[in-house]
Amino acid sequence: MIVAERKPFNEILAMVEPFEKILVIGCKTCVTVCSAGGEKEVGILSASLDMARKKEGKGIEIKEVTLERQCDPEYLEQIRGYVGEYQAILSMACGAGVQFMAETYKEKPVYPTLNTKFIGVALEQGVWSERCAGCGDCVLDKTGGICPIARCSKSLLNGPCGGSVNGKCEIDSEVECGWQLIYDRLKALGQLDKLEEIIPVKDWSSSRDGGPRRIVREDLRL
Amino acid sequence: MKSGSNLEKILERGEFAVTGECGPPKGADVEVIKRKAQFLKGNVDAINVTDNQTSIVRMSSIATCALLNQMGLEGTMQMVSRDRNRIAMQSDIFGAYALGIRNILCLSGDHQKFGNHPTAKNVFDIDSIQMIQMVKLMRDEGKVLGGDEIQGVPKMFIGAAANPFADPFEFRVVRLAKKVKAGVDFIQTQCIYDLDKFERWMEMVRKRGLHEKIHILGGVTPLKSVGMAKYMATKVSGIEIPEKVIKRMQDAPKDKKAEEGIDICVETIQRLFKMEGIHGIHLMAIEWEEMVETIVKKAGLYPRPKVED
Repeated sequence: MIVAERKPFNEILAMVEPFEKILVIGCKTCVTVCSAGGEKEVGILSASLDMARKKEGKGIEIKEVTLERQCDPEYLEQIRGYVGEYQAILSMACGAGVQFMAETYKEKPVYPTLNTKFIGVALEQGVWSERCAGCGDCVLDKTGGICPIARCSKSLLNGPCGGSVNGKCEIDSEVECGWQLIYDRLKALGQLDKLEEIIPVKDWSSSRDGGPRRIVREDLRL
Repeated sequence: MKSGSNLEKILERGEFAVTGECGPPKGADVEVIKRKAQFLKGNVDAINVTDNQTSIVRMSSIATCALLNQMGLEGTMQMVSRDRNRIAMQSDIFGAYALGIRNILCLSGDHQKFGNHPTAKNVFDIDSIQMIQMVKLMRDEGKVLGGDEIQGVPKMFIGAAANPFADPFEFRVVRLAKKVKAGVDFIQTQCIYDLDKFERWMEMVRKRGLHEKIHILGGVTPLKSVGMAKYMATKVSGIEIPEKVIKRMQDAPKDKKAEEGIDICVETIQRLFKMEGIHGIHLMAIEWEEMVETIVKKAGLYPRPKVED
């Protein structure tokens, strides 16, 4: 899933400073699962904004909504009937949702309330960890199912570097060395011979380096 | 000859090589380089110039190498993949060769987190092993990575690093084998304090016959003090200092600590000299360049051999 984290409250409060009537819109997908921008978080943020503004002596009217997804036009359409009554939208979606909201309602200022962090997994309750960097050309078949792009701090394709000590990365003793994980996994699979081969220079054009990406599936188009 | 550099000639002649190291100034002060050069001249065969080591901004390795060459020494340009993509690297290699630089050391580089710009964006377009392949392609096939022909081929003597003390230990020799496969000519190792562990690594190196394909230079750094030993053992990633070495430093009389550090370094060099498959040393006297002459002389490696052009 896409893992996000809410922005500091004062940053959000400053964004809505000029407005008296706003929409706070959550998203029921990734950011609900990672407890950053679901229905519950919409409620908490709205109540906090309400209280803070009352304290300042200038109340704010907030409508709370949580859409199925903010990355799909059909769900964004659900607010069209009343969006005109509000001065601004606070989106609690990931960066994609915020932008799609802004694209859909061009006349309305849309503000982000989350910092979108990474594509990752829930390690345990309250702990998430990055797994995929979205490079557009998966190499997991060569590296025992552990991604060197996302999990090596230097994205080395032929690691580990000289900074790998006791299974940890040189940048932080809390960070696991991605290449130690790859080594251990390939050893367990009896595939250490894979590491004798040099993984060639990567074609980064499938990654962000090739410019904004899009996929067109002719078989699915209407 | 691949590059015709002094270092290559020394190694190809079968001499035991001595390379030094010079960290460039944190600015444009040429006097710092002149001062360090004066201590290294005549005592080493080539000098590594670090490339913004520990991610602290310093004078570029290319410029510093070119200055050393002008002073009659031979620079080895270190290049890290942290700050440059393949376009910038190849461009800098052309420029370096045009300025007379003949040795390159291909490294991935310390993460920027350690330096004075921890909020910088890093590059890591290619890694150190791929960099070796690229420099070799440029030299031997006269082509850039993208396939275009080169006008004026940069003929570099290609080096890389090896750290026998990093983990996983059993994999370290495999990674060296990958560097050999990529086309490296010489290897400089991380600082050696644990000679027994280094011997075990060298055994694996010899078992694969890697020592016959490339030149391996053992890395040594003299310890100045107990504090430095402890700092390196605990704070510098990938360096291991055995307890008995730290104890030797601790037990030495207060005014003889530095001397003890020099002795440990000389003893290490003497053991490396006898080790099968070791073709030289890489002496990194960090901010202690004035001791290089003493160490080289004490180790019996002075005078340095002269090779013809």
